[in-house]
Amino acid sequence: MANFETITVKTDLLIVGGGMAACGAAVEAAYWAKKNNLKVTLVDKAAMDRSGAVAMGLSAINQYVGLKDGDNTLTDYVQYVRNDLMGVTREDVVANIARHVDGSVHLFEKWGLPIWIDADGKYVHEGRWQLMINGESYKVIVAEAAKNAMGIDNIYERVFITAPLMDGDRVAGAVGFSVREEKFYVFLAKAVMVAMGGAVHVFKPRSAGEGLGRAWYPPWNSGSSAYFTLKAGAEMTCQEVRFIPVRFKDAYGPVGAWFLLFKSRATNGIGENYMQTRADELQKWVPYGKVKPVPANLRNWLMMLDVMEGKGPIFMRTEEAIGNLAEQYKDDPKAYKKKMKELESEAWEDFLDMTISQALLWAATNVAPEEKSSEIAAAEPYFIGSHSGASGAWVSGPEDLQNDKTKADYFWGYPNMTTVNGLFAAGDASGASSHKFSSGSHAEGRIGAKAAIKFILDNNTEPNVDQAVIDGIKKEILAPLDRFAEFSKNSTDPDINPEYIRPKMFMFRLQKIMDEYAGGVTAQFMTSKAMLEKGMSLLDFLKEDSEKLAAEDLHELMRAWENVHRMWQAEAHVRTILFREETRWPGYYYRSDFPSMKNDWKVFANCKWNVATGDWEMIKRPIHQIFA
Amino acid sequence: MPSYVIPDKCDGCKALDKTACQHICPNDLMVLNKEIEKAYNRDVAMCWECYNCVKICPVQAIEMRGYADFVPLGATVTPMRGSDAIMWTVKFRNGTLKRFKFPIRTTPEGAAVPDGGWETGTENLGDPTLFSEPGSLGLDAVQTLK
Ligand SMILES: Cc1cc2nc3c(=O)[nH]c(=O)nc-3n(C[C@H](O)[C@H](O)[C@H](O)COP(=O)(O)OP(=O)(O)OC[C@H]3O[C@@H](n4cnc5c(N)ncnc54)[C@H](O)[C@@H]3O)c2cc1C
Ligand code: SF4
Ligand code: SF4
Repeated sequence: MANFETITVKTDLLIVGGGMAACGAAVEAAYWAKKNNLKVTLVDKAAMDRSGAVAMGLSAINQYVGLKDGDNTLTDYVQYVRNDLMGVTREDVVANIARHVDGSVHLFEKWGLPIWIDADGKYVHEGRWQLMINGESYKVIVAEAAKNAMGIDNIYERVFITAPLMDGDRVAGAVGFSVREEKFYVFLAKAVMVAMGGAVHVFKPRSAGEGLGRAWYPPWNSGSSAYFTLKAGAEMTCQEVRFIPVRFKDAYGPVGAWFLLFKSRATNGIGENYMQTRADELQKWVPYGKVKPVPANLRNWLMMLDVMEGKGPIFMRTEEAIGNLAEQYKDDPKAYKKKMKELESEAWEDFLDMTISQALLWAATNVAPEEKSSEIAAAEPYFIGSHSGASGAWVSGPEDLQNDKTKADYFWGYPNMTTVNGLFAAGDASGASSHKFSSGSHAEGRIGAKAAIKFILDNNTEPNVDQAVIDGIKKEILAPLDRFAEFSKNSTDPDINPEYIRPKMFMFRLQKIMDEYAGGVTAQFMTSKAMLEKGMSLLDFLKEDSEKLAAEDLHELMRAWENVHRMWQAEAHVRTILFREETRWPGYYYRSDFPSMKNDWKVFANCKWNVATGDWEMIKRPIHQIFA
Repeated sequence: MPSYVIPDKCDGCKALDKTACQHICPNDLMVLNKEIEKAYNRDVAMCWECYNCVKICPVQAIEMRGYADFVPLGATVTPMRGSDAIMWTVKFRNGTLKRFKFPIRTTPEGAAVPDGGWETGTENLGDPTLFSEPGSLGLDAVQTLK
């Protein structure tokens, strides 16, 4: 067996992940831990300065409520999220994030993030909830505050968290391995905060060559949050609510600034605006079809109908939008020139701060946005509960945002604790609370971390894990290395060997199943009971073959486990779309056998993997309205 | 567009135990070929083109060549990241050149103070008020159901 040294780290609170939610958890936990003589440890698979979805930077902060200036109320935000998710949302959790998020944004500004300010000293909005930023170093700045709060001795970088450790029905820590040296890590903790982001490459991306990695969502977030919480036995929610963003085609450049700031239209190949020509379709999806802004999935859907009818390509009319904006200056050539320059710079910065590939694609195809339109398209499905998807763990809300009806269903002692004792989740790891984005994920990490410290003080006993269990998990985690060592010489090509499968082909197999049977791009986002059942039977073979994964080195060992994590995310997804016998988010997926929305499905579709039996349980939970 | 390393420029970070590009790549792609002391991207199809390796390389040895499966050849996008601003040079396939400069931070590197100077409004762990609140909210108290 691979001979890895075991390093055991004992701590009180363990934060797994180093992204926006984890950085929020770190600053908050460090404060309360110091007050109470507790230890906090953080583990990230990458370097915190540039890890997670914000690694490249961002050009906007997408959640700012503006409570201090009375711009909006908590009710306004809850209504926005409720409508965008077709009624399926945990209002207590959404409101809890919304009441704290502005505080995180004000901290970012103090830490050094440049937020655009207008002539009156107010934040420049991209849309009602979005602020414009110069965000190239957004993650560097947020990580810096987290590191300053925690102290670098308590941070482990380049350690890939593989699985949870349990002490009966309470979480007891996590295990993982270094991707730099042959070391196996055992973290023993009294509480764990899961913040390892969402998942990509579960579905087949549109590009399959070099461009494979250029999905909209970063290739390094691979479903570890979902795997960790599922394997600990936590109840999961909204596993069917994947997110499909419409973005500039192929390089996935953001469209938010174009639609919201530049007020651009999108039109089909014959110049029609599908939002107008297909307005009647929205009636089918009332009440949500009637709300403004039209929910993201319905906007997708109207566009997809055009594409399915052969009316593509779809274009973002950048030249028209810039023309309209510059129109008011047309009598003053100097002012006109200045305005055009300003718009050009804003348009390019939007890409250069967060999707540099799109700038490169524009340059490579000689696109000047003020002169010609650019194509947009629906991406493949992703799991990102913090954005416009909703998948994640089912967590407790705060006590003071419940009413008589909701308390029994939504509150069990500690905000953001999952149904497993001591296991907390935030950001993409917690579900049914979409539209928290970068800022809300940070705020949610803070909320959960404070609650986790309270949990530790209320339940201050040492975690107890059997050494034999740890030895067994270590063996299982390192097995792909042993398999490669044992069998790779049995053929002249290490890639083609009857004894094992390498992680990349394993990933392609998963992607093919999901794409074709669970409604990916090539299936036009459509599926049915028969398709899902067929897909599930192929997933069963894949699960068996996951025990034949082989890895040549540490890097490939990480790839092996990333793909096991993706596979579990996939299974939770397939089981939940199968369970929900209706179509509720048509632009995210469409059930051809249940093509409309049904009132009796206005519930949460939850699922749970039973640790003792290995069986899956599907559960309906009620949706309660708390706010007007 | 996967990153690639220009052999004449890369000095292997002068044989330090950790090269800058290897340290920063969020997907663990940049590795040093020990024999020739030069770095390379080990799996270009898993590269997000996040440019973090390009920005951090002390000798500008890393550049991008657009994903060959959909980006026509001939364009470049080149950053130069300083302590408070970043400069971008965009060269089109047709030769057009554009330059942009954007701020990246307003404080000196390393200076972020976790509480931002706001004091804690409560010592109670059961209270929803977080450690920099209510000050950081700009409100008198955290809102709750009325
Ligand atoms: C392309 C794109 C554009 C976006 N644009 C905006 C925007 O303009 N404005 C906005 O506000 N929000 C935006 N968002 C949303 C925002 O990025 C997310 O909401 C936020 O990053 C979620 O935070 P998180 O902590 O849950 O996940 P992340 O920030 O992604 O962090 C995940 C962390 O987990 C670590 N990790 C993963 N697996 C493991 C493992 N097995 N072991 C150890 N560590 C692991 C990662 O290294 C990383 O540190 C965008 C997202 C994407 C993908
Ligand atoms: S950071 Fe630059 S110089 Fe250092 S190893 Fe990487 S490519 Fe070479
Ligand atoms: S561009 Fe980003 S993902 Fe690609 S090698 Fe460089 S740091 Fe890694």
